[in-house]
Amino acid sequence: MKLEHLSAVELGRKIASRELSSREVTAHFLKRTEAANASINAFVRLTGDEALQRAEGIDARLACGESLGPLAGVPVGIKDILCMSGELTTCCSRMLENFRSPYTATALQQLLDAGLVPIGKNNMDEFAMGGSTETGVHGVTRNPWDVARTAGGSSGGCAAALAAGMVPLAIGTDTGGSVRQPAAFCGVVGLKPTYGRVSRYGLIAFASSLDQVGPLAHYVEDIAACMESLAGHDPRDSTSLDTPVPQYTAELGASLKGLKVGVVREHVDHPALDDSIRLAVARAQETLQSLGAELIDVHLPHTAYSVATYYIVAPCEASGNLERYEGVHYGFRKLGEAGASSPLDAMIARSRSAGFGDEVKRRIMLGTFALSTGYYESYYKKALQVRRLIANDYEQAFGQVDVVLGPVTPTTAFKIGEKINDPVQMYLEDLFTVGANLAGLPGLALPAGACPSGLPTAIQLQGPALGEARLLNVAYQLQQSGLHQPSLAAGVA
Amino acid sequence: MELSRDDVLQVAGLAKLEFPEAELDAFAVQLGKIVTFVEQLSEVDTAGVEPMAHPLDLHSAKRADVLVAGLSHAQALANAPKSDGEFFLVPPVLVKKP
Repeated sequence: MKLEHLSAVELGRKIASRELSSREVTAHFLKRTEAANASINAFVRLTGDEALQRAEGIDARLACGESLGPLAGVPVGIKDILCMSGELTTCCSRMLENFRSPYTATALQQLLDAGLVPIGKNNMDEFAMGGSTETGVHGVTRNPWDVARTAGGSSGGCAAALAAGMVPLAIGTDTGGSVRQPAAFCGVVGLKPTYGRVSRYGLIAFASSLDQVGPLAHYVEDIAACMESLAGHDPRDSTSLDTPVPQYTAELGASLKGLKVGVVREHVDHPALDDSIRLAVARAQETLQSLGAELIDVHLPHTAYSVATYYIVAPCEASGNLERYEGVHYGFRKLGEAGASSPLDAMIARSRSAGFGDEVKRRIMLGTFALSTGYYESYYKKALQVRRLIANDYEQAFGQVDVVLGPVTPTTAFKIGEKINDPVQMYLEDLFTVGANLAGLPGLALPAGACPSGLPTAIQLQGPALGEARLLNVAYQLQQSGLHQPSLAAGVA
Repeated sequence: MELSRDDVLQVAGLAKLEFPEAELDAFAVQLGKIVTFVEQLSEVDTAGVEPMAHPLDLHSAKRADVLVAGLSHAQALANAPKSDGEFFLVPPVLVKKP
């Protein structure tokens, strides 16, 4: 079997048993990436030499009889928003084009400690603001299933890299659906963990009460294994949870008999939902029933307001977080002509205006407006109140059921350029994903077969806080039942 | 809510951003559309609802009270657009009146 068809866990097993070396596995995926990246643009930077060196180090440790984690020696792609000491981390923005972080993100450090081998940085929307991986300074990522279509975003590079068989595992971030939506568009599995489950230290901030690191892979068991390394408390992130990390892989395979699955009526009956995706959810319902789960209709009545709520909360937090880019301590600097303002103020405004792209500026403006005197109460405070109502809806639903089922996106992957000039249309893409971020809950995107045109469809499973283990088990059972059949994009060599 | 070019200039001043004169009107229209879109929240009855700024009921996780090394001076300055090896350098904050 070709290496790109194996799960990350299987690759790890073969590396641990020394049937394969990490070096040959890493070289194999690097070669595939070098061949495919020109057309897909899933990676903005490859660190091949460092990766091979690291792989050789893992092989040497294994040769000495050292026992490493289940994913030791396995190559991984990292979204260009997670800092790695001494390496470039650009957030795909001109603002950070020369930024070399002096430290490593905790989530990434935990993967390095577990022996994973990063081969490069994945493309994304600038500062993770977007749903199509079109706004980054390094250009658009193309969907390997149809290169005229987007890979989704903002973690589009991670998802496309998987679909093209460039890596068996990738690490993205999800602020409003940025792991789940690209996973759905590219036919791979993606998990947004509970807020606080994974450290945000070294994750370049977009919206601090929503941002969360999450893994993408072809196989559910790879997500489970990866979470065992990613999750955990970090003294450097006071919002990271200090509750024990379960053995996610040990819980895969538990019977679903008696499991209560809520079908979110506001999502499944939504008029914007494509029939192909409604059918995918129906297939999941049938499979779950055949596995002994009980289906119950549930309601998230404030669904219709979730996008508007999100597009106040996230830009408000972003406008504060991105104040730090002023051309002083790091990042892009351009001098301006001091008119009424001082040369310093002119430099700051010019640096920000030339360093940020259009979507980032749009969100900073929106957030600054919503927080400004006279508007704070009617926009920001109002949004925080509706956020509470959205969280209450979930709480009520999880009083009745163990997990909820619905779609990830209204449609399958849309065309490149189709929505980029209409921000509101682009924002509505996030309709089914932002709720989990606003409420801080885990959500998982699972592919559910192709639509008639051949593009991947997907379903979403959401759970109560810290319900990752159960979500992963349900997804695993659906995978084992054939609803999700891990596969590279059709036509990928 | 419709936004005027003056509204845009006012917010841009707060956000420390500049927009080319020629783009101001179009940007005001676009931003106005987004603001109108989010204004649908005014339909929701939120009387007495406690605002939710954060998804977690946080408690403080304590760590041992020991010194941990931070960044060195050189590391902190390494990404500076301009520095003299000791300080970050910026253009003048004050200018002499002619």
